[in-house]
Amino acid sequence: MDFLTILQILDSTVRLATPLLLACLAGLYSERAGIFDIGLEGKMLAAAFFSAAVAFTSGNVWVGLVAGIAASCVLSGIHGLASITFRGNQLISGVAINFLAAGMTVVIAQTWFQQGGRTPPLQGAARFQEITLPFADAMANVPIIGPIYSELISGHSILVYMALAIVPLTWWILFRTRFGLRLRAVGENPAAVDTAGISVMGARYAAVMICGVLCGLAGAYLATSLAAGFVKDMSAGRGFIALAALIFAKWRPWYALYACLLFGLLDAVGNRYQNIELVGVTIPVQFMQALPYILTVVILAGFVGKAIPPRAGGEPYVKER
Amino acid sequence: MDKMPKWADVILIPLISVILALLVSGLVVLYIGESPVEAMQIMVRGAMGSAYGWGYTLFYATNFIFTGLAVAVAFHARMFNIGGEGQAALGGLGVAIVCLSVPWPHWSLALLVACGAAAIFGAAWAAIPAYLQAKRGSHIVITTIMFNFIASALLVYLLVNVFRVPGSMAPETARFADAVHLPNAADIAPWLGFRSSTPLNISFLLALLACFLVWMLIWRTRLGYEIRAFGHSETAAVYAGINPVRIIMIAMLISGGLAGLMATNSVMGEAERLVIDNVQGAGFVGIAVALMGRSHPVGVFLAAILFGVLYQGGAELEFEMPAVSREMIVVIQALVILFTGALDNMVRMPMEKLFLSLRRRDRADSPAE
Repeated sequence: MDFLTILQILDSTVRLATPLLLACLAGLYSERAGIFDIGLEGKMLAAAFFSAAVAFTSGNVWVGLVAGIAASCVLSGIHGLASITFRGNQLISGVAINFLAAGMTVVIAQTWFQQGGRTPPLQGAARFQEITLPFADAMANVPIIGPIYSELISGHSILVYMALAIVPLTWWILFRTRFGLRLRAVGENPAAVDTAGISVMGARYAAVMICGVLCGLAGAYLATSLAAGFVKDMSAGRGFIALAALIFAKWRPWYALYACLLFGLLDAVGNRYQNIELVGVTIPVQFMQALPYILTVVILAGFVGKAIPPRAGGEPYVKER
Repeated sequence: MDKMPKWADVILIPLISVILALLVSGLVVLYIGESPVEAMQIMVRGAMGSAYGWGYTLFYATNFIFTGLAVAVAFHARMFNIGGEGQAALGGLGVAIVCLSVPWPHWSLALLVACGAAAIFGAAWAAIPAYLQAKRGSHIVITTIMFNFIASALLVYLLVNVFRVPGSMAPETARFADAVHLPNAADIAPWLGFRSSTPLNISFLLALLACFLVWMLIWRTRLGYEIRAFGHSETAAVYAGINPVRIIMIAMLISGGLAGLMATNSVMGEAERLVIDNVQGAGFVGIAVALMGRSHPVGVFLAAILFGVLYQGGAELEFEMPAVSREMIVVIQALVILFTGALDNMVRMPMEKLFLSLRRRDRADSPAE
């Protein structure tokens, strides 16, 4: 394996980790506020379809992005309505949202485009283009640093850089602002927050809507940047890998970045090599695909550091009267 | 404490929720530009208008009864087993190993052993998440989701590398021997007009038996009482001397076993070989079925028939109304889960108010004592 191959694998790691990272951070806001969200997958899928469909019809990817975020937020609203206002089961609501997105995207795609549940391929301004950072071409010939800068760091779409920037932003919001403190508090002890005169419902709805926006970015990235158009079930379990990454990171933003990069790396290596020889043993590609899930179960089992979710997670808050 | 009469809780609220789900589905069909009434007629006729339709409807229903009961048993212990998909896939593996490894003299013997293998494989796949929930407190929903993905990767690996017929490109096992062919509806009841190709087979009776046994277990045995007590209040159950680890393990093993049993119908009864994705989402339909059926075997049976109608009717609908794609079924399924499961209180709260005010008026009318 030469230097260039490693760079290429790392490059595709970043590309593949981006949707995971956005969805993982989305889940982070929601679950820190005490709302479990297994509907990340569905929201990504809905955003992927609507961003691709609107980007195709309008010819402008930014209009598509807004549509994708809006679609994801509508599903977030349903999740909020079910789990905050009507105090329903958050997990069941998430399951419903996943199916709703899986069905609706294909049904509407068939009605709008008649191409068997996909959008037409996106071209030009209807896709996010790769951004070449300053001096990338000039530096390409400098040994070691040059290729790293021009291959790995430069040449991604704007959403990749946005996702990376959202990591410190999320850390700052959650741990350095009043809003973040309240958000974390409603996930741990909503009664205390209520006693302090702060609306539990308000904080939870805010978290759920932020989750919708970030899932919208993740979905739009899938359909308008990583791929060029929507195809049926294109999120392909990424929402669940993001959920796994969230647990792996124990609900912390920086660790979420590392977990997503790790899972992205597994994905990138699995895409490039069908079977991997490691010290004489052949590792099948299916094992690589299952590895994020296996690692998550191991972490959940608490044998390698215990993952403790926010204490009030999954429980609707009932105000005492 | 009783805000509503029991019939309203058991029948009226699920019925209103399902009607709401169907109304929203109708709006979607209307948006596509087709008539919801006509679509409904095509689906009902396609699913229930002929012996051919019934054959498929009840075949699908058999799958959904097994997965629905699986989810229902776990619900009684207040656990959400979302891993029916993976447990049923492993059940299929058990059935395939039994059918392929022994030259069975008669199908009845093979079915008996295959049932055991399907249940054991399904239960084994549920055992690890159950153990982690019981002993380590890992959330069962997350672990069973992860185990669905691990099961699918494992099955692909086994079908490609171990069970594939040499020289064949298709990732599937060899066809089972003719001796293990289960009698289908045409063999058992030819006078009802079933064709010899109908997928409905003897497993349907097995599913009915499972409904009865689950009812016996939950409402007529000591273990069932313990499971329900644990589901109502874990602390009270522990106080009463019920061991939570034992209940979690047993409830999840039964749940996984029931999900695994689905394979007797889909793998042994219909495909007669193990293929990739032999479950086809039935594990998830089980969630909708259990929610709609209020976790009662009779309710699960009725809900499974309804979803059988939706699946078979949906296939006919796609044929006769090309504008409506097959995924419409998934939308209806999602809406049923949403309205009967997550938005339950949306219907329940106004109904409780209604019944409360009715009762007050009754009391006001009757003379004071």
